[in-house]
Amino acid sequence: MAIVKRVQTKTVDSDERSRPRDLAGLVVNLEAPNATARRWAVRDLAQFSEAVPALVERLEIETDATVREAIFMTLTEIGDATAVQGLVKCLRSEEAALRNEAIEAMKHLPDAVAPIMAGLLADPVPDVRIFAVNILESLRHPDVEKWLIEVISEDSQVNVCATAVDLLGEVGTEAAIGQLEALKRRFADEPYILFAADLALRRIGEA
Amino acid sequence: MSLTLKRILVVDDAATVRMYHRSILEGAGYAVEEAINGIEALEKALTLPFDLYLVDVNMPKQDGYGFLRELRRQDIPQAPAVMISTEAEGRDRARAYESGANFYLVKPIKPEELLAHCRLLLNAPGGTL
Amino acid sequence: MEETHITTEDFMKFREFFYRKTGIQFEDSKRYFVDKRLVERIEATDSGNFRTYFTLLRFQSGGEELQALTNTMTVNETYFFREEYQFKCLVNSLLPEIVKKKPVDSTLRIWSIPSSSGEEPYSIALYLTEYWPDIAHRDVELISSDIDTSILKKARAGKYSERSVQHLPAVLLQRHFRRTHDGEYQISDDLRQAVEFSRVNLSEPADTRHYRGFDVIFCRNLLIYFDDLSRQKAAEAFYDALNPGGYICLGHAESMSRITSLFRVRKFPEAIVYQKPEAR
Repeated sequence: MAIVKRVQTKTVDSDERSRPRDLAGLVVNLEAPNATARRWAVRDLAQFSEAVPALVERLEIETDATVREAIFMTLTEIGDATAVQGLVKCLRSEEAALRNEAIEAMKHLPDAVAPIMAGLLADPVPDVRIFAVNILESLRHPDVEKWLIEVISEDSQVNVCATAVDLLGEVGTEAAIGQLEALKRRFADEPYILFAADLALRRIGEA
Repeated sequence: MSLTLKRILVVDDAATVRMYHRSILEGAGYAVEEAINGIEALEKALTLPFDLYLVDVNMPKQDGYGFLRELRRQDIPQAPAVMISTEAEGRDRARAYESGANFYLVKPIKPEELLAHCRLLLNAPGGTL
Repeated sequence: MEETHITTEDFMKFREFFYRKTGIQFEDSKRYFVDKRLVERIEATDSGNFRTYFTLLRFQSGGEELQALTNTMTVNETYFFREEYQFKCLVNSLLPEIVKKKPVDSTLRIWSIPSSSGEEPYSIALYLTEYWPDIAHRDVELISSDIDTSILKKARAGKYSERSVQHLPAVLLQRHFRRTHDGEYQISDDLRQAVEFSRVNLSEPADTRHYRGFDVIFCRNLLIYFDDLSRQKAAEAFYDALNPGGYICLGHAESMSRITSLFRVRKFPEAIVYQKPEAR
């Protein structure tokens, strides 16, 4: 007995990729009883943007974490307007994990998310507006600061503004100073807003 | 009175929130550590368990509920946890308690409110409430 | 040329950003170290000042500068017995748990990626041979992969500098290496034969599809240099490659907390390791 070398290439389990790998076959496999088979179907669907509705539908009932993660990955890879619509649907989910994974995925899609950002930031549900600001956290888009300034000058909900101020501490420039000052006056009795706005102002001032 | 400081883990993905909690809690004589999400929080708790956990609901990779469920399954000295959310009613509150939270606070957090709950939970007999 | 200055608030801002992205947290005492490297990169990228540079870091679509900066902020050097506590964890904690569950006649499988020039897989082979008594009655397959074929060639050759072997106990050096005429250290044929080297691109599912049935994976100091999506893909590939209950060891500065929640966090006396959940 020892360290042995056996050049044995393990092959993929037969159930992983058993069905035809065309759109119809893969969509059928989204219902496969075996999670590994479902995950491979999800991955191989990345080449079919028509699969987005089926993937989003699956997300709503899928309980296996690996399959869910793969669906988010595939939606990110497809990354078009329909995929983003599917992700927006998840932002409204009752389930925190689903919401957070959707936020993560949308951070990677600046081009597809930018056109709907104004709409998300104006959503009637405050939590959706907070999630929209969360997306901006890592969104690589030139308008991030502009959106954040709009939020702190217009949004009436303190927690939405609070989330935006957090981020201005990182991306804020002189352009944000006036609205940060105004925010402090608007929420003068909220210690958190004062703390976060002062921090952002200090960082902008010292830069 | 104990000579060692009570240790509190602040779990929130927003850096400013962590700094805010830290400034309040350190000012009141607690030792504070930070984690950015549930997984990092669990890594820190397994390395050296805390006396209290302040846990945000929405975080990437692993949210507050997931963290508390995992924490409660671990074979380590358990400690009370405060779940912190932006949601004032219903949904999050019920889930927080189901996942193992001992208290539920709604953002924005006032310093005196935070400290009052920390004192209450840290002084509860046996560390449980 | 005016000297680039990093203010305290710049440092704090950068520290938070870098921590969020990589999980690496710099204490105040590291200020000098961090500032110096930031200034280097600010100059290398012609950014002129911290603000412009930070914008590049934060908004660059490919994330190349973050990768370049991470490179300068971390020690990317490989040598025998680097992060040895994990090998201790392997023989003292992980393998004992794994052998309990696997039939005696089954082969244990370990995957080490990236192989780089071979120091890590050979360290594992050395550790198994020297510090794991069960090797007397268990078979282990040790496979090591890298994306770079020239480095694989070097790994297969197994010839090392003095610096690379300096952390090895003298007795092991004597037992398993031969001094060459040019002053280097040639690892023994037995150890060279023990490791199967192969070329794999972790981001390419067609490459990783054949890697299945592993009990332990070592992937240290690699994912920290990947962007978010590539990390996630690599983690998925590892998930598929592992047996249920199998373990993955990352580098000491790395954490799954920045990558995925697919794995369970396990704390052993020597290290934190991630485990693929047992089949439900």
